[in-house]
Amino acid sequence: MPISSRDIDKSFQCKVEEIASADFRRCMQCGQCTGMCPVVEQMDFTPRQIMHLLQFGQFERVSQARSYWTCAACHSCMVNCPRDIDIPQVMEAMRQLVLRDNEDQVHPNKLSPEQLREMPQIAFVSGFRKLTA
Amino acid sequence: MKLAYYPGCTLKTKARNLEESALAGLRELGVEFIELDQWNCCGAVYSLATDDLIHQVAPLRNLIRVQQEECDAVFTLCSQCYNTLARANVRVNENAEDLKTLNTFMDEEPDYGGSVTVMHFLTLLRDVVGWDKLKSAVKKPLKGLKVAPTYGCSLIRPDPVAITPNNTPVIMAEFLEAVGAEPVQSPDSNTCCGSFQALGNPDAALETSGRILRSAQKAGAQALVLSCPMCDYNLGRRQPAIVEKYEEINEMPVYYFTQLLAVALGLEADVCRFDLNSPEKDGNTLTAAAV
Repeated sequence: MPISSRDIDKSFQCKVEEIASADFRRCMQCGQCTGMCPVVEQMDFTPRQIMHLLQFGQFERVSQARSYWTCAACHSCMVNCPRDIDIPQVMEAMRQLVLRDNEDQVHPNKLSPEQLREMPQIAFVSGFRKLTA
Repeated sequence: MKLAYYPGCTLKTKARNLEESALAGLRELGVEFIELDQWNCCGAVYSLATDDLIHQVAPLRNLIRVQQEECDAVFTLCSQCYNTLARANVRVNENAEDLKTLNTFMDEEPDYGGSVTVMHFLTLLRDVVGWDKLKSAVKKPLKGLKVAPTYGCSLIRPDPVAITPNNTPVIMAEFLEAVGAEPVQSPDSNTCCGSFQALGNPDAALETSGRILRSAQKAGAQALVLSCPMCDYNLGRRQPAIVEKYEEINEMPVYYFTQLLAVALGLEADVCRFDLNSPEKDGNTLTAAAV
């Protein structure tokens, strides 16, 4: 899909940069992050593709992606990035842009009795922290 | 060094098998520590947003409690607590402005000075006790027990808080050797179990946890050993679903490393709380190896 300079949503890029100090513009598209990601097969866009879409300010396409709701913030991508980009921060920024509009991704009242019985407390605390507003 | 122990939310409930075995082991090794009597949840995950300081209040308040007890260092058992406290500590030590803002916000508390050392129990065993002392304290070496260390993510990433090198982690293998077990090298020892995605995307957690179990099995492990209640849930409690989905994966016992410590030190079985383990609730694979 051809992209012209008019398609670059600079205000979206600035919002991401306000939340994440990581500089996605440094990405050279090597794909190391995608290779290291343990949950990439469950993503619609790979981490490398997310970085690429951000570099081109593709707000519509990035905002519809599910990848950052699958990211477990394990930092495998970051520790192997040859450009030293804090990719988990970028994923967090994408989550925050949605969550700060009060759009929860998990709903406590929809958890199954088995989940409530079996899950450790840190699963609830960390899950709600990352996936709810 | 005066040591404080920070329990965290899960250690007093679902992960009593991690806490009780660890503390009994530490007392047996003669290490003095105090358990913080006032603490709050650390937040379980470190907030990655740079414009957000409010999520650093919880971990920092715990570090103030350590400071109030006049302790030099605090240790955790849970990997996620370690990561959250250690990263908050790094952040305020590297950013004086953040520290000032947080101290001002918590004006009812004494200021945090930044001098507390945050360590994980494995680091404590390595650096305070020492592997040689641990070896000499072992009464029942776990001879022949082939164990796959499972570091997950929180102990080894990112680099500033890594307790052992991320790509070539060794600390758990060193511990296993000290208690007489045989560490096996699995390529997925540093792979994330899916963490909190157990809540958001359970299929993703099932898939990556299946990968960890498959690799450990291929490497010849009889058991997995870990230090995180989140890993324990994804790799242990959800193991029946993994075994059902992937027919090439067999059931494998999952233990906290502290349970191996307690058994190797010859402590009574009741401190191990195998009843809280899953899938194996009697600890037989482990206790059978102790001679």
